[in-house]
Amino acid sequence: MNDGSNVTAALAAEYGLTNEEFERAIKLLGRAPNVTELGIFSVMWSEHCSYKSSKIWLKTLPTTGPQVICGPGENAGVVDIGDGDAVVFKIESHNHPSFIEPYQGAATGVGGILRDVFTMGARPVAILDSLRFGSPDHPLTRHLLSGVVAGIGGYGNCVGVPTVGGECEFDPSYDGNILVNAMCVGLARADRIFYSAAAGPGNLVVYVGAKTGRDGIHGATMASAEFGGDAGEKRPTVQVGDPFTEKLLIEACLELMEKDAIVAIQDMGAAGLTSSSVEMAGKGGLGIELDLDRVPVRETGMSAYEIMLSESQERMLMVLRRGSEAEARQIFEKWELDFAVIGRVTETGRLVAQMREEVLADIPVGPLVTEAPVYHRPWRRPHPKADIDPGTLPDRNSIECLKQLVGSPALCSKRWIWERYDHLVMGNTVKRPGGDAAVIRISSKGKALALATDCTPRYCQADPVRGGAQAVAESWRNLTAVGAEPLAVTDNMNFGNPERPEIMGQFVGVIEGIREACLALGYPVVSGNVSLYNETSGRAILPTPVIGGVGLISDARYAVDLALKQDGDTLILIGETNGHLGRSLYLREIEASEAGPPPPIDLIAERRNGDFVRGQIRAGRIAACHDVSDGGLLVAIAEMAMAGQRGVSLEDLPEDLPRVGFLFGEDQARYLLETGEPKAVIEAARAAGVPVRVIGVVCGVSLTLPDAGAISVSALTATNEAWLPGYMEQA
Amino acid sequence: MRTAVVIFPGSNRERDVCAALERATRQPPARIWHRESCLPDTDLIVLPGGFAYGDYLRCGAIAAHAPIMHEVRRQADRGLPVLGICNGFQILTEAGLLPGALLPNRSLCFTCRDVCLRVENNQTIFTCGYEAGQAIRIPVAHHDGNYTADPITLDRLEDGGLVAFRYCGPNGELREEDNFNGSARAIAGIFNETRTVLGLMPHPENATDPALGGTDGRAFFDGLVSALQ
Repeated sequence: MNDGSNVTAALAAEYGLTNEEFERAIKLLGRAPNVTELGIFSVMWSEHCSYKSSKIWLKTLPTTGPQVICGPGENAGVVDIGDGDAVVFKIESHNHPSFIEPYQGAATGVGGILRDVFTMGARPVAILDSLRFGSPDHPLTRHLLSGVVAGIGGYGNCVGVPTVGGECEFDPSYDGNILVNAMCVGLARADRIFYSAAAGPGNLVVYVGAKTGRDGIHGATMASAEFGGDAGEKRPTVQVGDPFTEKLLIEACLELMEKDAIVAIQDMGAAGLTSSSVEMAGKGGLGIELDLDRVPVRETGMSAYEIMLSESQERMLMVLRRGSEAEARQIFEKWELDFAVIGRVTETGRLVAQMREEVLADIPVGPLVTEAPVYHRPWRRPHPKADIDPGTLPDRNSIECLKQLVGSPALCSKRWIWERYDHLVMGNTVKRPGGDAAVIRISSKGKALALATDCTPRYCQADPVRGGAQAVAESWRNLTAVGAEPLAVTDNMNFGNPERPEIMGQFVGVIEGIREACLALGYPVVSGNVSLYNETSGRAILPTPVIGGVGLISDARYAVDLALKQDGDTLILIGETNGHLGRSLYLREIEASEAGPPPPIDLIAERRNGDFVRGQIRAGRIAACHDVSDGGLLVAIAEMAMAGQRGVSLEDLPEDLPRVGFLFGEDQARYLLETGEPKAVIEAARAAGVPVRVIGVVCGVSLTLPDAGAISVSALTATNEAWLPGYMEQA
Repeated sequence: MRTAVVIFPGSNRERDVCAALERATRQPPARIWHRESCLPDTDLIVLPGGFAYGDYLRCGAIAAHAPIMHEVRRQADRGLPVLGICNGFQILTEAGLLPGALLPNRSLCFTCRDVCLRVENNQTIFTCGYEAGQAIRIPVAHHDGNYTADPITLDRLEDGGLVAFRYCGPNGELREEDNFNGSARAIAGIFNETRTVLGLMPHPENATDPALGGTDGRAFFDGLVSALQ
């Protein structure tokens, strides 16, 4: 074996290992690593694979509950949804590759998250994507948005899994570092979940799917460093996706999973064959021997290093039960996919890779995993921000402000994006994109899932603890607003460079907020992903902890949406309004100010109000429901009016609150309800101790304020629909 | 009534159409793998939507040469009804069972949304569930649905009553803005000469359930059943 005499600390540094980490690798091996081994250490100990900066904090999140079958640590989280069914889901980022090559970066992001879900034995049934781009004025934004949306659609549409929801925001902090977070949700039988721990020394290790090429080598390491000015030069580290092969791989894997052949299965994602074999051996406390000559390759002359580190897409590694090989091979041949026995499980506890009868890597797996570096990085809390006094803001026409808000990049209709995604394939989409949460039916009896992604980065920046809690609360509220019982979340933690104390402070604060909210709402974290070093030339993104929420609706017929349904119905506001304007969109879009703290989060009120709203929806009293969030009350009313193409006549505004705060404040834990039975709803609210207020009546074709005039719903809709297509059509 | 749905590698709306067929015929369709060389006894062959063979080369181009297509062509020539939806329509044109071709949408983008269709000829097994001229609301989901053919073929389709559906406004009016993919003469679906083969881009199978936002596709399948039973 190559003795590694040519591998120096300087070379290790080029591979992203610090001096200390390199020394640790030498100690663990008892000698210097050779180049192939150095590559393996470098990816396995990269931030992306090892979570070395985030691990100690992630451990503090609540991850259990009676509904949880499998929490973080596997390919995806698994939650019990009754009747022997389970929902399997995870969110994952593909930020760095999507900035370098938007179409392929986003496409392979979707491919990777699909594999995480069907690896567990689940059929993928929905995709959501949470996107953040730089300022619309930045020269790259249009190109990136166009490429990312085409990439997500190109992949998801072809594999035939509906893309049913997500979000899209713009902020200059993402100019050099966009965020592409893809979430996949799948369905499985609760007693047929597949895990990654290898077992049974002597069992065969089998490679299936696409061939291995030279693409994506060291993608995980690339994703663990900040960008300088040379991001474009990293294009060769981006993988290329083939959704057709993925579709075949889904069908072949699910068909094999019906048999009793698979002991363990793991997709080859970041760090490819290296991380999948280490993961399987490590979890099983065993070793794996690989014969790299047997790996199906796309081109000749690939080195062991390249084969171990390639991130070619649409590949899986499996450990098969003895005697199952022929049955498994037959299924993969039917689907015209490669199937190769490339190794076996051993008792040695070592990862041994050989090629042309020469051992090219020999690493003890246990220590590679357990001795991975863990950092307790210094961190600093941001200074608290002073409150905004609404009295100091100029007096403005509320209708004009509303028009400006619904036509802004933040609040405009994102139809241009979701009409490019097949959101109907599989024939189960009950509530399409554009509402609080998407709803997909999952059984012939009408059981359904509600799905949403949420995050308000401007809140997280001003106060990470509140921001983290708010992201969870809004997710919980969005699921509640369609009538669902929120079950659990997956989180995608997107932050800057953790080596900077202020960034680490954001991370620590956000985790604290997420923890508090998840505990208070009984809404555990079952899977997730951390993406750090989202910085370009020292400028970090806003802290963006995206929360992907999943909820259950026992009967899809009781799901509601935000569209106003019936003239004469009453519009009722649930929750307390204090007129909080700090960090509001009103302040940002109208007053060009990003001052103040985010709204306070009262988790007890959040739970009480949400439980009340869900109960009213189930009681059949609610025709439409919408959570009040970005933009405040008047924007929420307008969104309901536009969705239903019906007008609303508002009652007199309260006198004890400044008008601007009442109409545009972003106080939390609030919902708008349309009901034909206002008396019953109000009485029930009072009995439950829930703040309630009549806002207006559904009528006509205009939104009418008592003392500020009116605007037609069609004019509002035209404004709301105009910005994004107009922006994208500019050459 | 017995139905058979052909599954190609990359088909992805076979579940949707099987659900719609099962609802209308009260029995599950036979699923036929593309590598088969013969079909079971059936009253209708369906080529579903999706991305057969990844739509590599051209949409439907490789699928048109799949082993099962010899038998599909033979049965179609004998007069057995064949329905191609979306990718199935593309495959039928590539296989020469229907004239013309489907180019990328005018926007060059995939489009998924509800559209309105005008029923141009209801005197066929596929459309007898509708009134002539009726406007129906059905979703589309495609990237390459821009129907094109030479003017002589288009005239022949028009004169022969072989245009099945056209993109239209909510009341059946023909307006340029409703022809979202740029199809020649706003054509959304066509018949062969004997009106026993239909290809259409929209997805009637995705409009058969009130819980999913529309039922205008039901009459399509119910009409087929009443005509073929």
